[in-house]
Amino acid sequence: MIIHHPILGPRDSAEFTYLGDANLIHRPDWQAEDALAQFTDYGYQRKNPAGVHRELWFHEQGDRSWLVVTRNTVTHEITKVELARDVARAEGRDT
Amino acid sequence: MTQVNRLSGGLIDRNAPLSFRFDGKTYQGHKGDTLASALLANGVRLMGRSFKYHRPRGVMTAGSEEPNALVELRSGAAQEPNTRATTAELFDGLEANSQNRWPSLAWDALAINDTFSNFLTAGFYYKTFMWPRAFWEKLYEPIIRKAAGLGSISFEPDPDQYDKGFRHCDLLIIGAGPTGLAAALTAGRAGLDVILADEDFALGGRLNAEQFDVGDQSGAHWAANTVAELASLPNVRVMARTSILGAFDHGIYGAVERVSDHLARPEAGKPRQILWRIYTKRALLCAGAMERPIGFENNDRPGIMLASAMRAYANRWAATPAQEIAVFTNNDDGHRTAADLAAKGVTVAAVIDTRENAPKTGSYEVLAGAEITGTQGRLGLRSVDVKMANGQTRRIACGALGVSGGWNPNVHLTCHQRGKPEWREDIAGFVPGAVLPQGMSVAGAAQGIFPTAACMMSGAEAATDICADLGAPTPAIDLPSTEDAPVNITPFWHVQGAKRAWLDQQNDVTAKDVKLAHQENFVSVEHLKRYTTLGMATDQGKTSNIPGLAIMAELSGKQIPQVGTTIFRPPYTPTAIGALAGRSRDEDFRPTRKTPSHVWAEEQGAQFVEVGMWLRAQYFPRPGETHWRQSVDREVLQTRNSVGICDVTTLGKIDVQGADAAAFLNKIYANGFAKLPVGKVRYGLMLREDGIAMDDGTAARFAEDHFVVTTTTANAVPVYRHMEFVRQCLFPNMDVQLISTTEAWAQFSVAGPNARKLLQKVVDAEHDISNEAFPYMACGQITVANGLRARLFRISFSGELAYEIAVPTRYGDAMIRKLVEAGKEFDAVVYGTEALGVMRIEKGHAAGNELNGTTTALNLGMGRMVSKKKDSIGSTLSERDGLNTEDALKLVGFKPVDTEHPVPAGAHLMTKGDPVNAAHDQGYITSACYSPNLGCHIGIGYLKSGDTRLGEVVRLVSPLTGLDHDVEVVSAHFVDPEGERLRA
Repeated sequence: MIIHHPILGPRDSAEFTYLGDANLIHRPDWQAEDALAQFTDYGYQRKNPAGVHRELWFHEQGDRSWLVVTRNTVTHEITKVELARDVARAEGRDT
Repeated sequence: MTQVNRLSGGLIDRNAPLSFRFDGKTYQGHKGDTLASALLANGVRLMGRSFKYHRPRGVMTAGSEEPNALVELRSGAAQEPNTRATTAELFDGLEANSQNRWPSLAWDALAINDTFSNFLTAGFYYKTFMWPRAFWEKLYEPIIRKAAGLGSISFEPDPDQYDKGFRHCDLLIIGAGPTGLAAALTAGRAGLDVILADEDFALGGRLNAEQFDVGDQSGAHWAANTVAELASLPNVRVMARTSILGAFDHGIYGAVERVSDHLARPEAGKPRQILWRIYTKRALLCAGAMERPIGFENNDRPGIMLASAMRAYANRWAATPAQEIAVFTNNDDGHRTAADLAAKGVTVAAVIDTRENAPKTGSYEVLAGAEITGTQGRLGLRSVDVKMANGQTRRIACGALGVSGGWNPNVHLTCHQRGKPEWREDIAGFVPGAVLPQGMSVAGAAQGIFPTAACMMSGAEAATDICADLGAPTPAIDLPSTEDAPVNITPFWHVQGAKRAWLDQQNDVTAKDVKLAHQENFVSVEHLKRYTTLGMATDQGKTSNIPGLAIMAELSGKQIPQVGTTIFRPPYTPTAIGALAGRSRDEDFRPTRKTPSHVWAEEQGAQFVEVGMWLRAQYFPRPGETHWRQSVDREVLQTRNSVGICDVTTLGKIDVQGADAAAFLNKIYANGFAKLPVGKVRYGLMLREDGIAMDDGTAARFAEDHFVVTTTTANAVPVYRHMEFVRQCLFPNMDVQLISTTEAWAQFSVAGPNARKLLQKVVDAEHDISNEAFPYMACGQITVANGLRARLFRISFSGELAYEIAVPTRYGDAMIRKLVEAGKEFDAVVYGTEALGVMRIEKGHAAGNELNGTTTALNLGMGRMVSKKKDSIGSTLSERDGLNTEDALKLVGFKPVDTEHPVPAGAHLMTKGDPVNAAHDQGYITSACYSPNLGCHIGIGYLKSGDTRLGEVVRLVSPLTGLDHDVEVVSAHFVDPEGERLRA
């Protein structure tokens, strides 16, 4: 597969390490009332769709950016690649 | 021996005779021959024995789809089994042997299987070797494996080298037949960056195998001239002997180039094969089509082959399987074989055409509406029985029979991304479906377009479209006029009533086997394949799949497209494992990382051990030491008594800088770092988000905004990845930057009572490293050897007064020599990983064995380190009930009651008096060693509520190795439990 890195252009997926569901960005608030339940969902619940999936890839053999790649798990079509940091900021992660 | 069946003409070089051996006998051929064509020219029709019934078989095709003529090529370590004689290029001295026969090809003892064929039908193994179960592995399978099968392997390492390479292009054209050449000319002249790849050594595809002209020259000449023009274009790369193996995601293609297979041995420095990964913007599949056979009684005798193959042997290789041949066909194309061979002076006994309206195509007899009902000749065809249109039977003498059941477009690569081919009635074949791999288009015969002129037009048009897509202006191409015959075919798959009509000759599958599978209710075509083995093995059913599907359709009363096809997968043709491995074998299987003191350690005769990719000194044997433990005990005692030096460069080092560096470490580590003063080091425990311990190490604060973090050797990469995840994905607004500096610093541990005295000789005098100025857990940027920048950490893994000193890596070799020199007066020792391990076990320090992915801070005895006052990765989930039970495992030490007894890691612990079983398991030993300080074996490990059981005697058991003795539960800190030495 080829991943179009937002900064570095088209790169072979062999340069990347795969992590999984981009929902891992949504780490719960440790001070929430139900923090334990929230963290359990965060840690263990995955959608695993046959279709469009937002997922985290690490450019380990490259610039060490974490990317959010929107990929169809059936066709492997990649429709969007973003810097995870931009995504996290846009989603309002505060620190 | 003379080449009795060599004809005139052809594309072989008669001025270049070659000598080769087959089954020990010497023959002559010519440059340009394949092994198969040279054998046919020498009158050899029998080339192999079949897989299951050991039936005599000859060559069936003239290409990579060959199911029968598989040989063992070369000898010794270079011997390669299951090589297709049809693609093996002849070279002088080539050596080949037939397979799966004993004692000889002509007289094979296991041909008796053929007599019992009624028993050996589809599913025979599944039904027969059911009972008793244990017999399968010990008795049945070994016998079957020996009796059935293909070639044998040499059991020696592959002597050849293989390479991997990467190429990029605008357009990859797959196949250099008339379609591919027309496409390459169009795109090449338009200036596209083109790769033209073909598996053959002579480019041109069928143009080399046919008689008809292209324009005013022969097809072969036109092909050669076109290839010459393409090769002269700087933007076109022509790759012969290159098979495209698969179409992968996003326009990536795999290919194997056979660089040296046509030579006796590779040229010096050249690989045997290269595995290419080709990145394309567009790909054009011009893979052509393959002829398919017809099923009839005993249609597998040597001499019976595809009509197109017979024609190719005659036209391209000037070889015929016999001087008298016949043709069996259901379409016009079969007649071309008769015409071409007749023109070469071969006698055509008859053309048997299943169609009532068969054309009259030459001076030979054409039997319209006729079928072949039987054949004679055990080791080579003698005659065929023909049922005439009027119902009478005629026996026709012939030494070879060309069979044509029509042509199948080569759709394989269009299906590698799960594309489904579609049936086309007019050509009675599957063509590529609408969904193709990204960037691929198809032209020519692969698309179901068969007349040569139309193929060229299709290739040129497809290339023009691609050029337009990629914005390249396309000059008009004048295509030469050439063969333009329409397709005339009446589908005919097999002669009714035949008992043994072979469909898949490689797997010995008959029409009857397909019928049996249908009777037993195998409805899915995928199940049919697995049950009968139709379409499996090295040829993947290239000639047999469609006839098999046709029979399946007939039996189930369906249309062929309703039955569907099995899924085509890469590789397109069999690929040597060596090519897939490339240079990644033996010591180059993965990189080897050497420490900065490696050369010095080699000079000392160190024993090395692999730690991940690192090679580390394990211990340093001295003269007179005959056992590794003597060396290790000495290294431990000398360190504890005076001073020892150890290369600890392999530990991961991560530089953390920025205004939020301390806040960031607070997130990463379970314990707090915000209040760590500058110039101090702190131990840190890192948890995974699920609360399990991930790694441990130290963080040294060199400035308010600058830390150096260490990781374990094994986790250097994953920890860095994790820290970047936390930084970029979870806390994107923190002002902090990370960089791995593991390779940048050579780091040495200096440990023992004389450690300070030794270092004072190395560290420049202006840096005060006295106990007062540089106490336990201090760190600082210093200089050594008159001004070389260095870092000093007062940390201890051994429990001794100890330091770690780091210098830029390029000074690592000088540094170890300087330390050893300075240590001479203290009788300093250099110790390896074994002594390092002994000392950390004696001290009860956790390492990888304890941080094993199942243990928590609580288990490690560090439960209270997990700060509840701040948020850190893993802190919330570490509070789960299941991880905090009353009887949680705790890290403690173990000493044998009888000091002669060992304490092996992996042994389990049982309460005295309890039965020895999993339900009563109390824990296990994680690390163990012989302690020269205690004079016995010791271990550390996890025991339920271990911290409250000090002094208890428990049973150490290892049912696997028969161990069962008593050990005492003790503190894990065997040496200096109060930590007085490290603060000295």
